[in-house]
Amino acid sequence: MSTDMYLFLSGDLFPLLAGILAALFCGLLGNHLILRQQSMMGDAISHAVLPGLVGAFVLSGSRNPAIMFFGAAGSAIVTVVLIQLVRKLGRVEPGAAMGVIFSVMFALGVLLLEQAQADGVDLDPSCVLYGQLESLFWTPPREWNEFFSFSTFNEIPRQIWTLLGTNIAVIGFMVLFFKELRVSAFDPGISSSQGINAGVIRFVLMLFVAGASVASFEAVGSILVIAMLICPPAAARLLTDRMGPQIIVSAVLAVASAVFGYVVSANIPEAWVRGGSVNAAGMMAVMSGVFVALAAIFSPTHGSISKARRRRALTKKIHLEDLLSALFRFRESGQPAASAQQLAPLVGHQRVARIALDDAIAGELVVVDAGMISLTVSGYERAASLIRKHRMWEGYLVDQAGMPADHVHPVAERLEHLSSPVPKEADAPHGDQHGKPIPPAN
Amino acid sequence: MGAPTSLTDVHDAMPSFDEIIRTLTLQGGFNTTSVILGTTLLGLAAGVVGAFALLRKRSLTADALSHATLPGICIAFMIAQSIGMASRSMPVLMSGAAISGVIGVACIHLLITKTRLREDAAIGIVLSVFFGAGVVLLSVIQTNPSGSAAGLNHFIYGQTAAMTRADSITMGVIAIVATLLALLMLKELTLVCFNDGFAQVTGIPVWVIDSIILALIVLVTVSGLQAVGLILVVAMLIIPAAAARFWTQRLWKLVVLSMLIGAASGYIGASISALLPRKPAGSVIVLSSGGLFLLSMFLAPSRGVLATTIRQAGIRIKIANDHLLESLHEHAQDATPPTIKALAHAQGIHPLRLRILALMLSMRGLVRIKDTRASATKSGLARGARVARNHALWEQYLITYADIAPSHVDWSVDQVEHVLSDDLIAELERALAGDAR
Repeated sequence: MSTDMYLFLSGDLFPLLAGILAALFCGLLGNHLILRQQSMMGDAISHAVLPGLVGAFVLSGSRNPAIMFFGAAGSAIVTVVLIQLVRKLGRVEPGAAMGVIFSVMFALGVLLLEQAQADGVDLDPSCVLYGQLESLFWTPPREWNEFFSFSTFNEIPRQIWTLLGTNIAVIGFMVLFFKELRVSAFDPGISSSQGINAGVIRFVLMLFVAGASVASFEAVGSILVIAMLICPPAAARLLTDRMGPQIIVSAVLAVASAVFGYVVSANIPEAWVRGGSVNAAGMMAVMSGVFVALAAIFSPTHGSISKARRRRALTKKIHLEDLLSALFRFRESGQPAASAQQLAPLVGHQRVARIALDDAIAGELVVVDAGMISLTVSGYERAASLIRKHRMWEGYLVDQAGMPADHVHPVAERLEHLSSPVPKEADAPHGDQHGKPIPPAN
Repeated sequence: MGAPTSLTDVHDAMPSFDEIIRTLTLQGGFNTTSVILGTTLLGLAAGVVGAFALLRKRSLTADALSHATLPGICIAFMIAQSIGMASRSMPVLMSGAAISGVIGVACIHLLITKTRLREDAAIGIVLSVFFGAGVVLLSVIQTNPSGSAAGLNHFIYGQTAAMTRADSITMGVIAIVATLLALLMLKELTLVCFNDGFAQVTGIPVWVIDSIILALIVLVTVSGLQAVGLILVVAMLIIPAAAARFWTQRLWKLVVLSMLIGAASGYIGASISALLPRKPAGSVIVLSSGGLFLLSMFLAPSRGVLATTIRQAGIRIKIANDHLLESLHEHAQDATPPTIKALAHAQGIHPLRLRILALMLSMRGLVRIKDTRASATKSGLARGARVARNHALWEQYLITYADIAPSHVDWSVDQVEHVLSDDLIAELERALAGDAR
């Protein structure tokens, strides 16, 4: 085995693995929080486990993970119940209820911690926040063939097993109760009519969030928990529209955040940190935020670039169509061609009219002859179908929607650009409201 | 590591009575006094600003904002250090904190308006990512050999003991400025909080007012960072306002109460922290405001839990009484009065409960109990007859006017017959009489 590989195995493998494992189950669970608009519950719970952790630690006098888990889970349950109570009994706004309870719990935790430290208890408050990923080093065997022995397994840090177990529990929960989780997230009413108690599901979900934040606090700290509960699902939400793909994408992004975050933190130039190390958990959180930003900007469906592009294309199409129907109306009033100056106010201002005209010429919808613009055959057909749409909509709006005739033009002006079906003749028996002929279909 | 003993084990001596009085009357030395005064003013300002933050539903935004200050503090520290300024200088660090806090809030705004993400996710993203970035920067700063980084940690959990006199004064001054600003703009803030649409129409630029509220939140958050820490400073904004909300429906009262609760928690917290060993001011302040919140939630008249419960119990008892009298009225012609068991069965409640109800009514002279049987007295019968009449009237009304299927009527009748006013009953009678003709 090479020295590099040995160094990687001893110093990097388990911190990286712990980050990946914690990111994975948090990212998975977060999907259900974000769909319920309960993302901040993850934040609240991961702050509020502090008094339970410290209390269990102080009372038992040991760092026994099982005892600490029960302490933390206990205070997480208390938090969830209290938030619910304050919301329901006190009729306090949900955000404020959450803020009141988690900050009081956290304050209690800090106070307990301070007392515990006086008793010589070694529990660092900052480790609760950003964990001790770096402490997960081990001494792997020197040779590959020694890996498959009992003693090697014994060397694996306990935290890794905890995180692995939590992953199995979370994935099991999400697979077994996929249907229940989905229906209770989207429609609590339907859910209870199907015999699925949305309240119970929600409470169990909160227990899992509590369990996840307790299981990962020791290795990765609460900052990574909060980030992974929220960021990967949020990024996935910007990339997908269905729940199954969203969950898969969020899992991939969570793992990617952990890996990239770790790689970046391990490769920060020596000169910046002067022999120290950069907090890997924090870097993983930052990386998950980078993914959200990338998704928000570049997502093909919901990203701001594609949204802006779609909006521009639509605007151009509307301007072009306005130009064509303006020409059609000129023709109707006995003027087969119009000048650019005449058309511009009907399309918008000079510049957009110019662009629309260029588009129309390029599409062979109009021809320009000595500064006068007229429709080609295909341009006439397109304009006729637009005008038909416009006038059919006007008729529909008066006959079916009961709008006054002098109000329908601006509405029809918008509806004519939609790709929705044109109203049927039976829906607009009186035809055009202004006595103009309606072009026949095709 | 020594074996930890019980939590209640206080190692240092309790302060003497004299000491307590001196500290509470602000005579406990200049430094202690300035810290207590500073946190009290901070609590006052946070109470005022928090009231508006609560009404604009900005509680959790404030949480994200306070977390988002960390990278700003670190960057300000690094810049100051690299250009050779005093890197621990409060104004420098506070400006950094304010700038990155505002950037954080701007990111929340962008995420909500430009993407399909909801507010909860946007807040969570900014909170965790900014804080993560802060943690990363902090770890970079801590590798600095000069050791001057020690102390930046204190911004996370807060440390009053590390505050200098100048720090307390800065905090107090900012708090006073924030309070005055909020009070000066009370009218505009009120309007925007209760009806932003109307405010817009009246010509008040809502976004400017919202930015002012945000600026006030930033001021309070940043000035509280050192004393309370960035995780808990949001509690000073949220809790007093939420507690005050139980006591009043009027905004100016809410602001005043929230201000008082905030100031009281700041004062109590800093005093306890100064008197007792190892009581971090931040947590004690938050816990004292939490205690005041609890008191308010239970004891406040009209909106408090206790008052609401009593009121609801009263209504429930009245409804149950009416039901009992009504069914006794139905049985008035029977040869033998019905047994309590049968009555309870008919109403679907436990016999014991019905017996208690009957006993209570018999004390008011409305019901007679003989052995296991109950019957109504003359006045009880009159009351039962009235309830039955209301019942019938309302039933008829719902069928005739509200197009409710007859099979659905009874259920809603039982809910509303007890709230019908006499006026409405008279109107219903007239309407039904007219309808019958």
